[in-house]
Amino acid sequence: MDTSPPRISPRAEPAPPPSGRPDRPQGPPLGQEPRDNQPDTGGTPPPTDRPAPPPTESRGRVRIGDRVFSGAARGSGIVLLAVMAAIAGFLTLRAVDALGKNEGNFLTTFEWTPNAEPPVFGVAVIAFGTVVSALIAMIIAVPIAVGVALFVSHYAPRRIAQPVAYLIDLLAAVPSIVYGLWGALFLVPHMIGLTTWLDAYLGWTHVFDQTSTGVTPRNLFTAGVLLAVMILPIVTNVSREVFLQVPRMHEEAALALGATRWEVIRTAVLPFGRSGVISASMLGLGRALGETMAVATVLSSSPVLSLKILDPGGGTIAQNIAANFGEAQPIGRDALVASGLVLFLITLLVNGAARLIIARRKEYSGANA
Amino acid sequence: MAKRIDVSGLTAYYGKTKAIEDISMTVEPRSVTAFIGPSGCGKSTFLRTLNRMHEVIPHATVSGTVLLDDENLYGPDVDPVAVRRTIGMVFQRPNPFPTMSIYDNVAAGLKLNGIRRRGELDALVEKSLRSANLWNEVKDRLNKPGAGLSGGQQQRLCIARAIAVEPEVLLMDEPCSALDPISTLAIEDLISELKERFTIVIVTHNMQQAARVSDRTAFFNLAAVGQPGRLIEIDATERIFSNPTVQATEDYISGRFG
Repeated sequence: MDTSPPRISPRAEPAPPPSGRPDRPQGPPLGQEPRDNQPDTGGTPPPTDRPAPPPTESRGRVRIGDRVFSGAARGSGIVLLAVMAAIAGFLTLRAVDALGKNEGNFLTTFEWTPNAEPPVFGVAVIAFGTVVSALIAMIIAVPIAVGVALFVSHYAPRRIAQPVAYLIDLLAAVPSIVYGLWGALFLVPHMIGLTTWLDAYLGWTHVFDQTSTGVTPRNLFTAGVLLAVMILPIVTNVSREVFLQVPRMHEEAALALGATRWEVIRTAVLPFGRSGVISASMLGLGRALGETMAVATVLSSSPVLSLKILDPGGGTIAQNIAANFGEAQPIGRDALVASGLVLFLITLLVNGAARLIIARRKEYSGANA
Repeated sequence: MAKRIDVSGLTAYYGKTKAIEDISMTVEPRSVTAFIGPSGCGKSTFLRTLNRMHEVIPHATVSGTVLLDDENLYGPDVDPVAVRRTIGMVFQRPNPFPTMSIYDNVAAGLKLNGIRRRGELDALVEKSLRSANLWNEVKDRLNKPGAGLSGGQQQRLCIARAIAVEPEVLLMDEPCSALDPISTLAIEDLISELKERFTIVIVTHNMQQAARVSDRTAFFNLAAVGQPGRLIEIDATERIFSNPTVQATEDYISGRFG
């Protein structure tokens, strides 16, 4: 295919030795249309292996397609930045408005009574609940997701792996309100046994201590379990993709050293997939932090800040917005916007932290192999 | 260490496709045996059957026997993982673990073998890197990633990793084909040193290389595309390159085909 006759012009000066890239076979570089070469054959040597273009050519005609595409790409980038700035600006403006009228300390106040006179509201309880429920979800979901992803990518025979992967995809497509209904009608009653057990055997940890037994477990722990189910598919899918991309030669390197299947995974697959699993977890965490309806249906919210995750009460930012937005007065809405800004900041912090973790070991990442 | 390999009647399949057929040969200990032959003739496949790496490919199977001294590697109760711990392998493209430092790359096999004490690891890592003629180049940056080395250094790192566990045999699958001439020379010198301690089998497309480094040379060929590869002849290297028994061998080494 690299012998198309029109490219070779007999009168052209001898082609320069292919510069720089001795590892590339001769011929047109991939993706370069042969048609591009034809107008140039008059004076310039036929391009063999993309030699450094002569200086006169570099700023020649800009083709219309190039201009349209670069404009479109640049425009998309600018739109994204503009949207982000608009969201941040909107949140900040409205939030500042509300915070000016707040009589309590926004960060430490437990109550959310912006409609009272004077208005008092704070994010302490709901910010805490947001972070705790999302953390519980992560702690439960990430190990399971990594396990499922490894099973699908490295253990299961092909004819089982495919349907399982498809089912996980399907799980990701279930709307969150459906999860919420399932959580409220099925999960909550079925959590009683587990809650009682945790209280009985792990109550000494304080975290799993239940103040009064026999209460319906509409608590942060149940919310966390539900969130874990919800983020499981996305974490699994992204992890599986990463594990499938582990180069065959790294796995063979481990195998040739006499590694068992588990040792191959430990020495080659997991280290390579590490940053991908972190990214996947952050995607899941982002969803868990912002999840609204599912939490709203299983949690009975109250302004209580307690580390005892089995006690009912608490709340999350998103759930609080959903619960209070309907009957909120103007100042109440602004107050909710302020809490939204806090959620925005938490998500930003989480993502930043994840990027730091990934960047810290960048030179060891599989990407530069 | 350094054991003899006796192969008899070995046939390897990918699914239903027969890749190599009925190969029998003896590989002498403490010597270098080179496999040459045109592409697709099954040299690499055969090499990979010698440490049971062939069967890690889905649906790949092997029949026949491979005796390492007197132990059949394909015996019913032989663990392929154990086989691979005694027969090291170096691949065509340098493949140090990208997520590990130079030190950890060499120590990887040792750790798999249960060596965990820091002092012992340090000593063995240094010894292996010295054996691979890499110590002086990397001793100041053992904690830097192995992927940051040049291609030739990476390949020597892989050799160090393979010999760290003191294998009986070292298999090399075109170890120099991705390297420049200087690095190739370094590896070839290394092979000559290592054959004092190990049984070495090397697949190469470079006939000069086979002539330079090997004591015995095996020529593989296939009757036609789609046919399984076969061993045509194996003999002392000088004899293969000066006066081979089979006409096809002479045609191949004189460049008439392949």
